[in-house]
Amino acid sequence: MDNPTVSGSLRYRLGLTLIGGAAVLAVLLFFAVRSYAVQVAQQGQDNILVASVTSMLDAAAIRDNAVEVDIPYAAFSMLTTPADDRVFYAIFQDGTFLSGYRDLGYLGPDAGLENIFGFANVRGVLVRQVSASRTLIGANKRTEVQIVLAQTQDALSATLDQISRNAALLGVGFFALAAALSVWATAATMGQLDRLTTSVTRRGPQDLRPFKNSVPQEMAPLVQSLNSLMARLDQSLSQSEDFIAEAAHRVRTPLATVRSYAEATLQRVDKEENREAMRSMVKAIDESSRAAGQLLDHAMITFRADHLEREDINLVELVRDLVLRMTPIAEMKDLSLSVQGDGSVPYAGDAILLQNAVRNLVDNAMKYGPAESLIDITVRAEPHPHIMVIDRGPGFPSHEISTLTLRFKRGQNAENTIGSGLGLTIAKDVAFAHGGGIKLENTLKGGACVTLSLSS
Amino acid sequence: MRYLITVFLIVFGQVVVAQDWEDHQIFNAENATTSLRIVSSTDTDLFAPLIEAFVAKHPDVGVDYFVTGTAEIDRLFRDKPKAFDIAISSAMDLQLKLTNDGFALRLNGVLHPEWAQWRQSLFAFTSEPAAIVINKAAFSGYPIPRTRQELIQALRARPEAFRNRVGTYDVRKSGLGYLFATQDARASETFWRLMEVMGSLNVRLYCCSGEMIDDLITGRISVAYNVLESYAAVRAESQNALEIILPSDFPTTMMRTALVSRDTLVPQQAERFIQHLVHQQSGADKAASSPLPLLGGEAGVDRATIALEPALMTFLDALKRAKFLSEWTSALIQD
Ligand SMILES: Nc1ncnc2c1ncn2[C@@H]1O[C@H](COP(=O)(O)OP(=O)(O)O)[C@@H](O)[C@H]1O
Ligand SMILES: [Mg+2]
Repeated sequence: MDNPTVSGSLRYRLGLTLIGGAAVLAVLLFFAVRSYAVQVAQQGQDNILVASVTSMLDAAAIRDNAVEVDIPYAAFSMLTTPADDRVFYAIFQDGTFLSGYRDLGYLGPDAGLENIFGFANVRGVLVRQVSASRTLIGANKRTEVQIVLAQTQDALSATLDQISRNAALLGVGFFALAAALSVWATAATMGQLDRLTTSVTRRGPQDLRPFKNSVPQEMAPLVQSLNSLMARLDQSLSQSEDFIAEAAHRVRTPLATVRSYAEATLQRVDKEENREAMRSMVKAIDESSRAAGQLLDHAMITFRADHLEREDINLVELVRDLVLRMTPIAEMKDLSLSVQGDGSVPYAGDAILLQNAVRNLVDNAMKYGPAESLIDITVRAEPHPHIMVIDRGPGFPSHEISTLTLRFKRGQNAENTIGSGLGLTIAKDVAFAHGGGIKLENTLKGGACVTLSLSS
Repeated sequence: MRYLITVFLIVFGQVVVAQDWEDHQIFNAENATTSLRIVSSTDTDLFAPLIEAFVAKHPDVGVDYFVTGTAEIDRLFRDKPKAFDIAISSAMDLQLKLTNDGFALRLNGVLHPEWAQWRQSLFAFTSEPAAIVINKAAFSGYPIPRTRQELIQALRARPEAFRNRVGTYDVRKSGLGYLFATQDARASETFWRLMEVMGSLNVRLYCCSGEMIDDLITGRISVAYNVLESYAAVRAESQNALEIILPSDFPTTMMRTALVSRDTLVPQQAERFIQHLVHQQSGADKAASSPLPLLGGEAGVDRATIALEPALMTFLDALKRAKFLSEWTSALIQD
């Protein structure tokens, strides 16, 4: 049987798409949560910086013509963080440094914006800084007090690390969940296909009935095509079987007529060479008619096997019956047929098919076995019902043994023997129809041994 | 490199020698292979037991102990961060600012409660309240004041008895005095009224707790305000002329702190010294007795303890300091 050309796997493709999608989503989730957290945390620090700088500006006043900034204790107190962040500030009056840290520069003034935020590098560390200003109106002058307040970000980065870890956990958790869901969804989807596959595989070789089981909507067209394919197959099969049976029948009847004429003519012809020609003719006619018979049998068997009708029979009786009918032909070759084995092997099967199969086996044994010898037919019920035919001939040609049951296949040893190559095929088909099989082997002494086994 | 370091040490050695120290002692000079240079505002006799216990545990380390004022420590450290390994000071604000300005080394190996350290660089190791110390003789027959308010009343009641006989820190010179004064001012208006009363009595101003106690004992002054209780307690034991009062309204409590210089050449030994210091002062080692008060309970519980937080830098601001000093001067120095 030809294996289908496979390219890729639906399961993998589906699974990979889903899991890949989940991974992308998880990464996006991680970055979204993190960037949001950065924003919120920075916002928090900025708010405190603004509150602090505002309280400092509020404490600015002009006294005795000089600017005084009475920094409230709370202004720096509120900048306390768990990581003990460092604080820097600088106070300017109209751009002139008054007190604090000279490292800081005032940003601004910027129209419209009250507080200007920024990052700066102070003494080798990154700080977040806010610049704010306030105009003071004294007795005879206007002056602007500007304050820059900066704070390191140790606590903030500790918080962010913590949040990043949690966000990563969230991402991984989301991914794991989504991946599990993907696997489950993939399995559930592919399960439908698997189920259909199983029900196709489980069918017998001749079972061409349409599938009736319910399938998901997407698979309905597939099942429909499958059903219509099988319907056509069924039809063309039965058509060809019918045709063969008809053809064989039509050939056989005129052949019988031709044969009787040939026999009659043979009586009347005296010349030895003419007689020889006539004998060859009769032999050829026999061969043709036999082949036609075999074809007919084969067609019949194919049909009956499709619609197997089982009835209770006794295999031993069936075989004895057959042997009784074949004994006259056997005696012509001085062959004796012996039936051995169990006394009675009850079985439910098609008697006509089984008899036909065994007849072909015994026929072969008589054809390929030597004259004046014994043919053993053994019928047993254990381990499962089987019928074994052994002759005393040369046996099967060992290199061909595996192909001899194929249709029209004949062995090398069959060159001088009449035959169509269908006998073993018929026996095998009958065995298959009964859920069994056929086994060809040679006995130790060299004779052929054919075992026809049936389902128990 | 080693040559350079030697030259370096010699150069700085001379700088150190040129300095005018209150005291300078060397511990374990004989066996030491390395030496820790500690600049401190704590009197040597109070601190010596801690150093001796340390060198006993680490015989290869010697200690050079220099004593000077808190403001001087701050100045020295800012000018020459390489000149000293450890700074110990009672001026929490100056120490915190040194740390904030990046002069202190982060010591991750020191385990210390959150409230008693800052940036894992500045470590508190004592809890010392500021006290009112009086010469009992001046109050015989009168009730002994228990709060600032009562002190104000007592001073006002007998101005002639106390004229020229009250003393407190000169906050312009003493870092610790400035810290106590600013914290008092922050806590209550009573402080300013007390200053005004003391000013009207022609207050004497001192650089240090020690001298105030000396004058109390000799009877030159009868009341000293904001004296370090730890210093007074040592002296009061021998002189029962003195009485130490922890104001029950709010006893301002300071924590002595230590930090290691960012530029120290012996970071491991310095860290070990700090570990030793905070361990001894936590009171975990019952056998070791230190004349210095141990580190008390959590600052949050004892509200009067000055917290180690950036707010300590507030009164160090030039504008704020100028304003505070001018107020202080006008209250105290009345001509
Ligand atoms: N009993 C047997 N002994 C030896 N060869 C056999 C025997 N039965 C069958 N064969 C071989 O198997 C071939 C196929 O058998 P079969 O299908 O019955 O076809 P046919 O007998 O018409 O040739 C025969 O051609 C022959 O070569
Ligand atoms: Mg045959």
